[in-house]
Amino acid sequence: MFYREAGDFKTSYQDDNQTFPIKFDRYRYYFVLFVAFAIIPFMINDYWVNAVFLPFLIYTIAAIGLNILTGYCGQVSLGTGGFMAVGAYAVYKLMTLFPEVNVLIHIVLAGVVTAGVGVLFGLPSLRIKGFYLAVATLAAQFFLVWMFNRVPWFYNYSASGQISAPERTFLGEVITGPETEAWAAYLVCLVFVTLSAILARNLTRGSLGRKWMAIRDMDIAAEIIGVNPLGAKLSAFAISSFFVGVSGALFFAVYLGAVEVGEVFGINKSFLVLFMIIIGGLGSIFGSFAGAAFLVLLPVFLKNVLVGGLGWPTDLAAHLEFMIVGGLIIVFLIAEPHGLAQLWRVTKEKLRLWPFPH
Amino acid sequence: MKTKLLTSLLAGIVAAAPAFAELTFSSLSYRTGPYAANGIPLADGYADYMTLLNERDGGIGGVKTRVIECETGYNTEKGVECYEATKGEGVLVYEPYSTGMTYQLIPKTAADGIALHTGGYGRTSAKNGEVFRNVFNYPANYWDGASGAINHLLDVNGGNISGKKVALVYHNSAYGKEPIRTLEVLAEKHGYELSLLPVDHPGQEQKSQWLQIRRDRPDYVLMWGWGVMNQVAIQEAVNIRFPMENFIGVWWSGSENDVLPAGPKANGYKSLTFHGVGNEFPVLDDIKKYVVDAGKAAGAGDQVGTVLYNRGMYMAMLHSEAARTAQNMTGNSDVSQGDMIKAMEAFEMTEAKMVDLGLPNFGPSFKVTCQNHGGDGLVAVAQWDANAGAWNMISDYKQSDQSVVAKLIAEDSAAYAAENNITPNCN
Repeated sequence: MFYREAGDFKTSYQDDNQTFPIKFDRYRYYFVLFVAFAIIPFMINDYWVNAVFLPFLIYTIAAIGLNILTGYCGQVSLGTGGFMAVGAYAVYKLMTLFPEVNVLIHIVLAGVVTAGVGVLFGLPSLRIKGFYLAVATLAAQFFLVWMFNRVPWFYNYSASGQISAPERTFLGEVITGPETEAWAAYLVCLVFVTLSAILARNLTRGSLGRKWMAIRDMDIAAEIIGVNPLGAKLSAFAISSFFVGVSGALFFAVYLGAVEVGEVFGINKSFLVLFMIIIGGLGSIFGSFAGAAFLVLLPVFLKNVLVGGLGWPTDLAAHLEFMIVGGLIIVFLIAEPHGLAQLWRVTKEKLRLWPFPH
Repeated sequence: MKTKLLTSLLAGIVAAAPAFAELTFSSLSYRTGPYAANGIPLADGYADYMTLLNERDGGIGGVKTRVIECETGYNTEKGVECYEATKGEGVLVYEPYSTGMTYQLIPKTAADGIALHTGGYGRTSAKNGEVFRNVFNYPANYWDGASGAINHLLDVNGGNISGKKVALVYHNSAYGKEPIRTLEVLAEKHGYELSLLPVDHPGQEQKSQWLQIRRDRPDYVLMWGWGVMNQVAIQEAVNIRFPMENFIGVWWSGSENDVLPAGPKANGYKSLTFHGVGNEFPVLDDIKKYVVDAGKAAGAGDQVGTVLYNRGMYMAMLHSEAARTAQNMTGNSDVSQGDMIKAMEAFEMTEAKMVDLGLPNFGPSFKVTCQNHGGDGLVAVAQWDANAGAWNMISDYKQSDQSVVAKLIAEDSAAYAAENNITPNCN
């Protein structure tokens, strides 16, 4: 009824090609941005930020990164945890080596460092594909974690091997360390998420994204029509790792503040982010948001309902949480094998016709 | 969906809003995951002692205690969630039973002005209270443990262990890495040869480490393990027929749950301890009578008297006594988070007090000062008797090598102070 193109006339190519061509969709997007930037920062406290928003936003960046590689370019990666660790350790080394430089620049640079490491581990993708590539990236995961545990230079020779984020400010406001205000940490992550999503969205619908998708759909055909697999695959690894590195840097510097590489960036993290994009939807930016929300918010929500609301024992609730989340994953994937993003797409198609379907 | 989620999250927070005139404690427990075997008795002991105080004495100084339990699964992200969820409820002291989580909570609790107690674990240099104002790690720390283990080896060998080979099997994390520096300094002093064998989280895979031990034949093996890693290591040691009396675990690698799976062959395995073992203490009878038999136990009630249950109960006793000290200091029955830090800094545990509490000869007497948040580092050794199914103390409480430990603590805490712009002070 209100969700349709009819009457929404475009008079320029720019208008025609915008991300949200439907007026209602566009206003909804502006509304979400408005709420996220102008309302939520005034309402949140430490709990909301540290338990809900920061993990959601940071995992979203990681999921966008992995989605570029796996969803758009078709290269399966199990090295996400390792690449996040690269981002975290890079930002730690940069923060401690160059304390006078702003930490936001360090976070971006950490992404650049991770992009370099990603390209290095992406080289085998030129020869091997599918499950074999997954195993090669698994090697990256284990090697990187082992290296950060093994080489004391990375953790500045501290006795415990832990890295802790020193306090850093931006425009006089503390954004890392324990004195950080809830809204400041939230806004930092929100800005990074917004920029990442816009960047990723525009990359994936430009020529680069089309090359990635051509490689994903059939690499030999893509090569015949003139897509250079070397450039396409390595650019996917580089840009994907950039986002993953930024998320790892934020994960360490803004969210956790102290990190132990084996526990935080282990193989579980790689699987978690992979599950996020599978549940959210491969090859969709919205899917990255949906998947991250599903796997971050649902356990917190269930815990609050079962323990806080119903007063059940914590261990019973923790076990039930696994069962419910696992069950819901199966239900959602049976209902829509292409993820939450596809559910959303189908809903939108139906809404266009509603209330007069053919 | 979204609004529903928000409202139920809100409801969850509102439902747990603080009730007045209660002494609130937190239990960041892990009853699930690879560390559950050790996490369950710890959490049970803590909760049961607090319940006992309510049931038998009507609380502390007439004020009931309340324990908020939050499941962390030994996972730092969940730990952060738990901390943020509970800190607004006036929790007096946090005790995460996880060194990784301790590293996160040290700056956070310092910023929020809440006490953090890490008895027998955590960041060792927190003993220096001039730098770590709100962090306490009495009665003993990892470096005391490392030194205590070497002292035991010295005792066994008549004071000379030069040329002996000592291997350290450790959990490859902040926890397991803590003793390395101390052991290295002690190796220089006593002339033994140290080799390091890291085991990655969660520690189920240790074949290669024990193969190396079989090849290198070290005279002694020390272990810094936790959770499922302990059981696997002891089983592997049995498999390669390593003499059990030469295998010494830190106090986190010395509970019944760790040795029982290996059966009778685990006989003779040694573990360090900083408190008494066994179920011969009067307070445990009270717990059975007022808590377990009354059906108010936190767990199944089958853990009473085990090593880790006793440790959880010991921590609860130290916290509740600190709260009592705070009541005496301020004259108010209600204790604030700031009062608790002051009380813990002036805390004193004496043998007379422990006898009153039904814990005669259970732990060392110590006195906390601003300069010393860590007690005197008294460490004893216990040995597993597989036939009787019990741990027996085989040494007295002996002080660790303070000439080594104190120097390392001063170095490490000074480094922390410099990193975080803290001026060491006692005001």
